[in-house]
Amino acid sequence: MSQDHSLNPETMPHDPSKATTEGKHKFLGLWFFLGGETVLFACFFGTFIALRNSTAGGPTSQELFGLELVFLMTVLLLTSSLTSVYAIYHMKNNDFKKMQLWFGITALLGIGFLACELYEFAHYITEYGFTFRSSAFGSAFYTLVGFHGGHVIFGLSWLIALMVRNAKRGLNLYNAPKYNTFSLYWHFIDVVWVFIFTVVYLMGAVS
Amino acid sequence: MNNENMNIDKINSFQKQQNKEEMKKQIITFVLMIAFTVVAFAVVASGLEAIYAVPLILILAVVQVGFQFYYFMHMKDEGHEVPAALIYGGIWVAILVALTMATIIWW
Repeated sequence: MSQDHSLNPETMPHDPSKATTEGKHKFLGLWFFLGGETVLFACFFGTFIALRNSTAGGPTSQELFGLELVFLMTVLLLTSSLTSVYAIYHMKNNDFKKMQLWFGITALLGIGFLACELYEFAHYITEYGFTFRSSAFGSAFYTLVGFHGGHVIFGLSWLIALMVRNAKRGLNLYNAPKYNTFSLYWHFIDVVWVFIFTVVYLMGAVS
Repeated sequence: MNNENMNIDKINSFQKQQNKEEMKKQIITFVLMIAFTVVAFAVVASGLEAIYAVPLILILAVVQVGFQFYYFMHMKDEGHEVPAALIYGGIWVAILVALTMATIIWW
């Protein structure tokens, strides 16, 4: 046996991600991080709300935003949130293969979301000449939405690294907390997106 | 073949049933969240006046995020007092910042 027996028990506990002290600490640590992230995104949202009409003669939100693509992106990210819930469900049933499968689907949906976002930014830059330097609105928009996209890239790298590293290990009490913290982070990215599509895109389209 | 991690049959059936019921609630949560999203987009697409549309879509967003936190992220479960304190602390700061920035342009 290559690993400590205590990490590969005969019977898996109810919630393997919180069965060890390390797992509990990882869980708490991630929530501390998410509390900080809330403050970070609050600053970006506040800045965006203050500057969203400062277009300096450049494109306005009504001219730029098409709701179809944003709706598609929302559905992709929301569904990826559900698939990671499925993955954790299979983790609690100690079914490693299905967990990996559902996390794999989560990663694909995340990549789909990112592709849409890249297309969207490229479209704004080439068709409208709307860049980070166009106006205060442009800076606030790309900072907020781009930083969220950066979080998606980070999350995807995190997930793929986890899946590859643990592919042959199977599920144990050492890596279960790692998967669980990722899943919480991924839900949080979706939380931020809900406010982005509401505040940036929908409010941009009505006002 | 190393089978030590393949002990799926050793999860007891009661636990499995509980997990299954939990999963049902999660799917209902997901359907509701999709519904909130569709309503929010429909409100904007219908061309409702901003003074009604904006508060409505903001409320929909808050409710949807509540579902995300309490169901998908399990804040409804036991032992989530510290996470709740952290997130509500973050939300409090978020409200203050949004209020500050919004009032800066008002005055």
